[in-house]
Amino acid sequence: MAYITIGVFLLACALLLWFFPDTSILDYGYAELGSFFGLVPFLFMFLVPAITMRSFAEERKEGTYVLLATSPLTDLQLIAAKYLACVVLLLFALIPTSVYYYSIYQLGLPKGNIDSGAVIGSYLGLFLLGNAFTAIGIFASSITKNQVIAFAVAVFLCFFSFSGFDSASKLFEFQFLEGLLVNLGINEHYQSISRGVLDTRDLVYFITFVALFLGLSKLAIGGRKW
Amino acid sequence: MSISVKALTKYFGQQKAVDGISFEAKPGQILGFLGPNGAGKSTTMKMLTGYLSPSAGEAEVCGQNVVTAPLQVKSLIGYLPENTPLYNEMYVREFLGFVGQLYRVHNLDQRIREVIAMVGLGSEQHKKIGELSKGYKQRVGLAQAIIHNPQVLILDEPTSGLDPNQLADIRKLIRDLGKNKTVILSTHIMQEVEALCDEVIIISKGQIVANATMADLKSQNAGESLEEIFRKLTS
Repeated sequence: MAYITIGVFLLACALLLWFFPDTSILDYGYAELGSFFGLVPFLFMFLVPAITMRSFAEERKEGTYVLLATSPLTDLQLIAAKYLACVVLLLFALIPTSVYYYSIYQLGLPKGNIDSGAVIGSYLGLFLLGNAFTAIGIFASSITKNQVIAFAVAVFLCFFSFSGFDSASKLFEFQFLEGLLVNLGINEHYQSISRGVLDTRDLVYFITFVALFLGLSKLAIGGRKW
Repeated sequence: MSISVKALTKYFGQQKAVDGISFEAKPGQILGFLGPNGAGKSTTMKMLTGYLSPSAGEAEVCGQNVVTAPLQVKSLIGYLPENTPLYNEMYVREFLGFVGQLYRVHNLDQRIREVIAMVGLGSEQHKKIGELSKGYKQRVGLAQAIIHNPQVLILDEPTSGLDPNQLADIRKLIRDLGKNKTVILSTHIMQEVEALCDEVIIISKGQIVANATMADLKSQNAGESLEEIFRKLTS
């Protein structure tokens, strides 16, 4: 199942980047990966929940969660293991896309005319963004027995935390709240890292974000009534 | 005493599922847990295994409290849950390896081979769990419960849905395991209790209505069969 999900993700990436004229790099005219890094967060919004939705929901539905819960592991160990498993999967979805970097590198005029620093920064940003989405997905999976609900909740939360805060901030233009809301959203921090500048504030933001949702998962798993 | 339970109580909302039960179990004995459906057998077992936390009362496994030392308790217990939940997409050996790693079993490969031989899975060991028949799944469930050689075995309806031949095999295995471990098993089959158990606890509506050795229970109720005793106490 994981292979199929990754395959679909890579297929969607390839189609959007090289074939569909609206988003294609070839039609864009500049040999750069900006459009790729703009698109992937929106693909991740669906890919990541698809990977994470099983983690707790299915275990609970099938009853196999009892096996894990009665093995000598703490709830936090369980959550961390599920989380890391999903992150590794995500990494495997991301690695093949480095082919695009090579292609663009070759296509540039002169050859190799690409801002490698920005690309590395963007990949790091994508990875951190994927981590944040995975934490959301694990949380969504821990609150329900139903995988479809876990998926839907995760997609919504991912979308909202990525661009919802930006949009909401527009309600309070030129006010103190605007900056605050923008800073709460993932997009702001993702953009910041994508510029190739690694700011500790962004790093702290992502770590806090992941810790928050894994902590919430622990609350959901700990209050066991099933 | 390897298991000692004192006034253990569990509420689900307003409903009292287990109502202040106390009992003890010794090593080398098989304790039968009887009771109508919904009497609180599974709930009690789940509290002993640390899956549910008790609302009140205490439970100790080999001197370790289930609430304050859950990890120690969990590594002492082998648990076969009701309906035998298993990962159907995993292979038998893969699954046993996974469970063995969870319990940090040493010499895992060798232990898997031993356990497979013990439960009689030899001919099916290279299949996926989902492809096995109910009886063999039950054996896989037992195998995962004993893989870390626990001192205490808690088996929730270990023989439901087995054919007579498989029944005999599994009962023999449980009897062998019971020689040097503490075994608690729940069942609805009275012959099984008579064939396996040294001691019997009958639970009804969350309370213990009988707690005695097989012989005592029989002599107290002058010649009545276990089924008659069960119906008299629980209806």
